[in-house]
Amino acid sequence: MYKYNDFDSAFLAERNRQFRTQVERRIDGALTEDEFKPLRLMNGLYLQLHAYMLRVAIPYGTLNPNQMRALALLAAKWDKGYGHFTTRQNIQYNWPKLKDVPDMLDALAEVSLHAIQTSGNTIRNVTADHFAGAAADEIEDPRPIAELIRQWSTDHPEFQFMGRKFKIAVSGASNDRAVLKAHDLAVQIVKNDEGEVGYQVLVGGGLGRTPMIGKVLNEFVAADDLLPYIESVISVWNQLGRRDNKYKARIKITVHELGLEKIRELTEERFAQVRPTFGGADQALFQDIQRHFAAPEFRDGGTEGFDAAYDSDPVFRAWADTNLAAHKAPGHAIVTISTKKHGATPGDATAEQMREMADIAEEFAYGELRISHEQNVILPHVHKNDLPAIHARLKAADLATANIGLISDIIACPGMDYCALATARSIPVAQEIATRFEDLKMEHDVGHLQIKISGCINACGHHHVGHIGILGLDRAGVENYQITLGGDATETAAIGTRTGPGFAYDEIVPAVERIVATYLEQRESAEEEFLQTYRRVGMEPFKAALYPASEKKVA
Amino acid sequence: MARAFTPKVVTANDLLEGDVIYLTAANTWTRELHAAELITDEAEAQLRLLEAQSQPQIAVGAYLADAKPGEQGPEPTHFREEFRRTGPSNYAHGKQEAKLEATADV
Repeated sequence: MYKYNDFDSAFLAERNRQFRTQVERRIDGALTEDEFKPLRLMNGLYLQLHAYMLRVAIPYGTLNPNQMRALALLAAKWDKGYGHFTTRQNIQYNWPKLKDVPDMLDALAEVSLHAIQTSGNTIRNVTADHFAGAAADEIEDPRPIAELIRQWSTDHPEFQFMGRKFKIAVSGASNDRAVLKAHDLAVQIVKNDEGEVGYQVLVGGGLGRTPMIGKVLNEFVAADDLLPYIESVISVWNQLGRRDNKYKARIKITVHELGLEKIRELTEERFAQVRPTFGGADQALFQDIQRHFAAPEFRDGGTEGFDAAYDSDPVFRAWADTNLAAHKAPGHAIVTISTKKHGATPGDATAEQMREMADIAEEFAYGELRISHEQNVILPHVHKNDLPAIHARLKAADLATANIGLISDIIACPGMDYCALATARSIPVAQEIATRFEDLKMEHDVGHLQIKISGCINACGHHHVGHIGILGLDRAGVENYQITLGGDATETAAIGTRTGPGFAYDEIVPAVERIVATYLEQRESAEEEFLQTYRRVGMEPFKAALYPASEKKVA
Repeated sequence: MARAFTPKVVTANDLLEGDVIYLTAANTWTRELHAAELITDEAEAQLRLLEAQSQPQIAVGAYLADAKPGEQGPEPTHFREEFRRTGPSNYAHGKQEAKLEATADV
């Protein structure tokens, strides 16, 4: 993992000192709210429905145990004992007091964490495949690139006050677990015919009110061209992107209006100017960063302990079947710890749970943790023989829910329970869907099915790319939920299609039940997943189940 | 045709605490919607909002929220304002927490 050098530590200390004085000046009246707001946003501080909210960056989702303990400390000391992991691999605290925030940021700085550029019209926290450095299907660990982009984009003078925010994701695997195609810009590590490693750059993806799937801007950018290339893309957009209308300001609209070809041409022109200004310092830095991400020395040894527990303990087996993924090293596995216990708030973890996960990572998992955009916590490197002990510890901490990829592993934004932008609640809808399917004991039979819920059109809950997407709206002063089907957040990314009119708050869970019942009727076999069935049979059977009365009217 | 004016309260978030506050008839701030001033005149509402906005050291993001008269004072007409005066639905935090503590003391 990346370790701060003296420059990094000094930069962060200075930035925190600046923000501390900005807070003081706001409190004593020297700064108006209009002056203070852009400053606090640039440091991750929002004012939400009930309180301030501090959004802390977890760069590319990677944490060491001490960092996780610091996140627990913030939750216990300055918040209400918990934190909320978000769909951009950040953590949010829902109840900080303005005066405490500088102290919170100083506590974070002690473990090399910060809240810089987690809001505002800047380049946001760079996200990555949460299995980075561990996945069996990976060409190369994408985190050194992510760290390079983080350093380059932090306080980049050209990109501090852009027309709108800019989100970047990176992945080095063939299976896309980072929702690359829903990002303003995405970097996919690829190999060319000569076997050289380079980068495919995608641009113009995004969700929100105008969802778009990202397009390939450049099939292969050479390793030493990447940073100047990204700078060129963002520079072109920063100059041409619309500033007259915030809803048309994101790069997806610029790409849509000007066309991919034009953006490519302008990027090439800009690149010709920018590239010579990169004298190689970025590559020297990159090589230094790469050394920080050397894989741990994976243990040898058989997996008898795992095999015995798998054969004898059905609870362990159920958890192993859903919550483990293939690791690149023999005898190892990737563990996903579900924060989605049935009825719990998706993405929330208590300070005690965070400390226990930190301890487990330190004792068993080579000292590494990850946060996924699906709001779960990952132990990326675990020897399989340690899994029974880990499972027992997780069970005791109420963290052993066996539901990864199932219907109760729901992404949900904070919605109107917290967010000032929300138009309806998300969390209780997620809680009720998870509880309902747990009561029905159906979820293992239903299999892989992703539900994603947003409480407003901005789509933090990724509803467009959920197999079942739910969007909460305010319809004439009442919460109303629109459903989309067929969304896909992977390398075969697709935007879901609306089923039709929305459903009232008390109708949404029954509506999801009818969709699931329809899938079970329609599927050809238990192996055919929801998305496959939907793609085969289309919208009609689901519509018929959702709107039986209107079907009759038409007939 | 312009829509008929509906009664309003002036509400904002507290600068230091961040929590929801309401303007009273005495020009002070309260954390209880019931204790807020219910404004029934449109011109008066704009004036009261300006007065709230002139107190940036207390109130952030002041605006006029729809409300209706109730037995104990103003009541919300929209679910957003119902959540603001109560707290989130997943935990008993926010204003409902303070109320629970107050009840426990009695």
